[in-house]
Parts: sequence; C-alpha cells; structure tokens
Amino acid sequence: MSGTQTWRQWLTDPSPSSRRQARLGQWWLAWLRIKRNNLAMAGLVIVGILLFAAAFAPWIAPHDPLVQDLSRRLLPPGTPGNWLGTDDFGRDILSRIIYGSRITLYIIGLVAVTAPVLGLLIGTVAGYFGGWVDAVLMRLTDIFLAFPRLILALALVAVLGPGIENAVLAIALTAWPPYARVARAETLTVRKSDYIAAIRLQGAGPVRIIAGHIVPMCLPSVIIRVTLDMAGVILIAAGLGFLGLGVQPPLPEWGLMISTGRKYLFEQWWVATMPGLAIFIVSLGFNLLGDGLRDVLDPRSAAR
Amino acid sequence: MSDISTPQGGNRLARLLVQILLGLGTLAITILGLLLITFIIGRVVPIDPVLSIVGERATPAQMQAVRDELGLDLPMWEQFYIYVRDALQGDLGRSIRTGMPVAQDIARFFPATLELATLGTIFGTLIGIPAGVLAAARPGSIADQLVRLVGLMGYSMPVFWLGLVGLLIFYGKLDWVAGPGRLDPAYDMMLEFQLTQYTGMVLLDSLLNGAWDIFRNALSHIILPAGLLGYISMAYISRMTRSFMMNELGQEYITTARVKGMPEWRVIWVHAMRNVMVPLITVIALSYAYLLEGSVLTETIFAWPGLGSYITDALFAADMPAVLGGTVVVGVAFVTLNMASDILYRLVDPRARA
Repeated sequence: MSGTQTWRQWLTDPSPSSRRQARLGQWWLAWLRIKRNNLAMAGLVIVGILLFAAAFAPWIAPHDPLVQDLSRRLLPPGTPGNWLGTDDFGRDILSRIIYGSRITLYIIGLVAVTAPVLGLLIGTVAGYFGGWVDAVLMRLTDIFLAFPRLILALALVAVLGPGIENAVLAIALTAWPPYARVARAETLTVRKSDYIAAIRLQGAGPVRIIAGHIVPMCLPSVIIRVTLDMAGVILIAAGLGFLGLGVQPPLPEWGLMISTGRKYLFEQWWVATMPGLAIFIVSLGFNLLGDGLRDVLDPRSAAR
Repeated sequence: MSDISTPQGGNRLARLLVQILLGLGTLAITILGLLLITFIIGRVVPIDPVLSIVGERATPAQMQAVRDELGLDLPMWEQFYIYVRDALQGDLGRSIRTGMPVAQDIARFFPATLELATLGTIFGTLIGIPAGVLAAARPGSIADQLVRLVGLMGYSMPVFWLGLVGLLIFYGKLDWVAGPGRLDPAYDMMLEFQLTQYTGMVLLDSLLNGAWDIFRNALSHIILPAGLLGYISMAYISRMTRSFMMNELGQEYITTARVKGMPEWRVIWVHAMRNVMVPLITVIALSYAYLLEGSVLTETIFAWPGLGSYITDALFAADMPAVLGGTVVVGVAFVTLNMASDILYRLVDPRARA
C-alpha cells in the first residue's frame, strides 16, 4: 500500500497486486452490500448482542442466576431490581436469560463445528470418488434426511440420556445431511476441472486433493447454510430443553425456563414468556443474517 | 434412453413407469435404512428390555423365557431380519407402558395428529399462497416487506412457546377458544359411547354422525393449535410461493401476455399460477410432513392425544418399543409424502417427464 492511497482505495483497487489484497477487496465489497441490507444488519446487531451478553454475562447480569430468594418469588416485570420479574424460586429472570445466552451459544457453537465437518467429509468424498462410494454415501444421507429431525433427536437423547452434550450430539447427528448435499454438489462442479487434474499429475493423493483443494471451494456455501441453520438448531435445542431432555436444572437454559414457567402460565405469565422471547429474537437474528448473507454472497439472487 | 424407437406415447408411458418403479425402489431402500437406524438405536439403549418387562423380582427362568421370546440370543443379523419382517407386517413390538401392541396404540393416536396437521396445512396453504403472490407482484413494496417479516418470524418462533402464548391470550385472557384437550370431558364421553367412530378424527366423525354440538366443541378446541401450526406452515409456503412467482414473472411469456394487454390479475393467477403450482405441490407436501413432526411439541402443550404426545409420554416411561415405533411411523409417513409429491410433480409437469 503506497502512502497516498487510503484504505478504501486500496481495497477497491481494480487491479490488486496481491492475492490478499484481492481477497480483502472482495470481502469489503460484500460488507458494503450487507450494510445496505437493513434486515441483515438488524440480524447482525442481534447476533452481536448475543455474543456480547454471553461474553460479559457476569458484568451485565444484575443478579446471580442461580441464587434463590424465596421472599422475592414470582415478582412481576417492572419490579425495581428485577426488571423482567422473578421465577418460582425468586431468581432474577433477566439474569437467567443473560446467562442462558452462554448455554445457547455453547450448543450452537458445538453443532456448528461438528455437523458441517461431518457433512463436508461425507459430501466431498462422495462427490470426488463417485461410483458406488457416491451411491452408498448419498443413500445414507437421504435416509438421515428422511427422518424428521426433532423426532430422531428425541430418540437419540432417549438412548444417550438427557444432558447438554448428548443434546448437542443428537442435534449434530441430525444436522449433517444438508451439508453433505451442498458439499457434494460443489465437489461435482470442480472435480473435473483442470486445476484438480494438474495437482493429481503432481502426485497428490485423494486426501490431499479433497482436504486442500476441494473443501475450500465448498466453504462459502456451507457457511451460508450454517448461519441459516443456526436458527433451527436453537429451536431444536430449546425444544429438547423444554421436554426436559436437554440441559438439566438448575442451569438457566431458555427452553427449560419456559417449561418451568408453564405451571404459572395463567397467573404469572412472564415466567414462561420472557425466555421464549429471547429464543425468538435470537433465532430471528440468525435468520435475518443468514438471509442477508445469501442475498449478498449468492450471485444468483444478487442479480435481482 | 431417448433413441428407443417405440411410438412416442408408449415410450413416454414406459419411461414414467420406470421412474415410478425406480422411485418405489428408492422408497424401499430408504425405509429399510430407517428401520436399520431404529434397530441400532434400540440395541444400544442402556435399558435392559428383559428387566423392564419382567421386573426386578423375576426368576432366572422367567427372564430366560422373555429373552427367548424377544429373540435376544439370536445373532444380530437374524434379529434385524426378524425386526424388519415384523415391521413390514405391521408388528412394531409391544409397548412396555400400555402393554398393547405398539402398532395398535399408534393406530389409535395417529388420527388426532393427522387431523391437526391437515387442518394446519389447509390454513397455511389458504393464507400462504395469496400472501406469497401479493409479495411477488410488488417486490420491495410494504406488502412484500411485511410478508417477508411475518414469514421470517414464523421461522424463528419456538412452536411450544407460541402455543403457550396463544393459550395465555386466546384462552386465558380473551376466552375465545376452548383450552387444552380435544373435547370437553363431557363430550369426550359422548364421543366414546354414542358415536360411530369412522375415522378417529373428531371433526369428521361428529360430522358424519350429525352431532353438531360435538363438532362445534371440537372446532373450538382445534382452532388454536391448528392455527398456530398453520402459521408455521404459512411462513414456509408464502416464502416459497414468492420466490417461485418472482421467477415465473420474469419469463418472456409473461411479458407477451402483458403486452397483449391482459389484465394483471389474469396474468398472475391464470398464466403464471399454472406453472407455480407445480413446484408448490412439493412445498405443500413437505410442509405437511413437517407439521406431522412439529405437532410433537404442540401436542404436549395442548394435551392433544396424538402421536406426539404418545412418543413423549413413552420417552419418559423409558418405553423404547413405543418411542421407536412412533419414530418409524413418522419417518415412513415423511418419506412417503416426499415420494408422493415427487411422483405427482412428474405427472403434472410435462417438462419433468422428458
């Protein structure tokens, strides 16, 4: 970067002088397109707030999420000190929601690093080798895809036993097939290209070709899918928690909080509805962001 | 395959037949896979099936008898073969909780779920398609933004929470609808003892019997859960309708129709809609399948005596045959719906036949 150039000029330079400059320039243009999309920005803000709340929970939360105070149980929202009210043990609902964001983030983080990896592995291997490998793996994918997700997750948790890790495992095992589909489709488009042939002639084996040269090509579409999928993962995790099969009490998981508030629904409505509002807002955030990302990064919809 | 020189009509029919046969083959393999997965899940479960049937005080001889009856000493592949054979004959094992054959239990619970999901899909389709068309007709307009936002909200709501909020507002505060359950208890007795049960679906049965008060009561119970499921399905259908319609309105034949001076409603609802309907069939079938699944959580909220309640109740009683049987039934319904929509798609769209 020469001295007279501004960052913006460097990023938008039509003839970039390095790969890094070209790539950063592309990112910059994508960012500009996302910034124009109000709904996507709203989603980004919501996801940002979730990350912030999870990271700084001990500093933001007014109370300890686990400390009970039976003299202050079932207080309505708007009570000074407990702005969203308290639950049946006198615990502050706002603090529990803030701490609950950590659990939500933990679950979606774990699913986001396991399911796509499994899907990528199966999809790229199927696409690269073709033939019977492809047939077997894709049939397997279809079978898993044929299972209704929540019900398969229920059956898996029933076997593995309730708990946060098992819930994550069950969700990940039901979430990978779409990634495998996407990865296979991308692999098929690059499999026959010249650059792959060139690497093969240099003596690279299948592992190296797939890991080093095919997986990177699949990543953009997989990342979009991950963002869009996160909303669904949040909902399934909350559903498992609600049924008592996910995170166990007294941890402040949002779905679990709704299920404890169910007993007081008609008299103390806030106990059940407030955590649900949190689930709704966060999953809306991921949906808005994913939608926006797809509009920006997918050239087919960008053309419109 | 295209240069087989049989007469055009016969050739096309033959190809369609081949496709349907291939489809049925895929269906068979998928169902076999489904059974394999539930079989594996059932075998790795840490609950001892023998112990849960005979109880802790059984003698070793009694335990052995049950082991033999369940075939647990046979090799794995033979157990799987027996499992598949029984499942294909409609035998999904015996429920530990109710003591009844699982298939019989499910046959009793399934109609309630079917009723709920069907009404939900009808609501979703009736509102979703016009909403999607409205959005596509004026992209970027307020109506479009609204449809998009309402749709995204439907995607983002936990259905059990929506159910609770719905109960709180429409039952608790406004008292517009009846509460949880399928019928008021008094009517439940009447249904049981005075009506002929043709279908197991309360709405249909009461209509067929001409029992209007039961029908009205059932309607006031189902309207809320079906409305909520309908909203979820509407979110999906309106979104897909919008994107299909946008795609179609960009085609040249639409421009031609407009240039000829055809009124816009006719362009959209007659010309474009014909082509949009084809992929929409798949979408509606898919959303129907999702509602069968989504009803699991809805049913627990509304104390709806359907398959979802059956599965979750079985889950808490550690009644694995019932859980897995329910899973298989929902899975098979899911796969069959997919397959049926695929075949329907080929029948309706001439382009897909080629």
